[in-house]
Amino acid sequence: MAALSQEQIFEKVRVALVDALGVDEEEVTPEATMVGDLGAESIDFLDIVFRLEKAFDIKIPRGELFPEDILNNAEYVVDGRVNPVGLEQLHKRMPFADLTKFKQNPVVQDFVLVLTVQDLVRYVEGKLGQSPAAAT
Amino acid sequence: MRWFWIDRYTEFVSGQHATAVKSVSLAEDHLHDHFPGAPLMPNSLVLEGMAQTAGLLVAQNQGFRYEVVLAKVAKVEFHFLARPGDTLVYRAKIEDAKEGGSFTTVTSHVGDRPQAKAEIFFAHLDRRVNGPTMFEPETIMGWLRAVRMFEVGRDAAGNRLVPPSYPPMTATAGAGAG
Repeated sequence: MAALSQEQIFEKVRVALVDALGVDEEEVTPEATMVGDLGAESIDFLDIVFRLEKAFDIKIPRGELFPEDILNNAEYVVDGRVNPVGLEQLHKRMPFADLTKFKQNPVVQDFVLVLTVQDLVRYVEGKLGQSPAAAT
Repeated sequence: MRWFWIDRYTEFVSGQHATAVKSVSLAEDHLHDHFPGAPLMPNSLVLEGMAQTAGLLVAQNQGFRYEVVLAKVAKVEFHFLARPGDTLVYRAKIEDAKEGGSFTTVTSHVGDRPQAKAEIFFAHLDRRVNGPTMFEPETIMGWLRAVRMFEVGRDAAGNRLVPPSYPPMTATAGAGAG
């Protein structure tokens, strides 16, 4: 596949999200959060993964977009909050996601609110080998 | 009322696609309420039949190790309402399958007329993690026999499908396809 511009990647991600979530095109902005703004539920992430794999001809292993294993690990989560070691793990596993805000108050149940459309675009860029895919 | 919304499979190719039929009959009680004097097959039950056609295909593709449940209807459109005397033909196709779920597309036709089409997702639930079972293995097997899956079922190479040895659903998750 020829290299795609960030804009082309965004457009394809947008199509996937419109189809998976039944939202309007205008709602899918780079800053929109998947859960908070677009109303994605857990099963929708599986739907989105299928659509991104097809749209970009990539493979997305379980846990790569959403590292549930870290958030369920008692080594990294204490009293419902991700500890510094856990935050480091999240950063390593999700270089495409901007975790700055989450780090200020790392309550596990708020983690679902972190992922944005732009994070997805950066993730796909990384999978296509087109950028270092680092958010910060 | 029994919750069987396909009458039988006419084709079943493991991991790929399946065709099932549903004959709409005036003997079905619910048609006399939907609607009195104007019996019409509710499209919600057409969708259930489409999901049963695809769901059993997915469950077999996963070796019956998981509870396969309808997780999401991503899209569905209906073109007309089926009536008593119509035979609905549901064609299901597994588009993609991963560890956590399968993505299927299903169409419904009456004769040559497209009646409905849908994109349906199924989740594969690990029964060790997700608590009480919804479908006992014996129930699934009885269902598959009733809809004659083992009469028409074939694997991708054309070999006849045989009922699995039991109990398949207590096998460890993730041990095979998916």
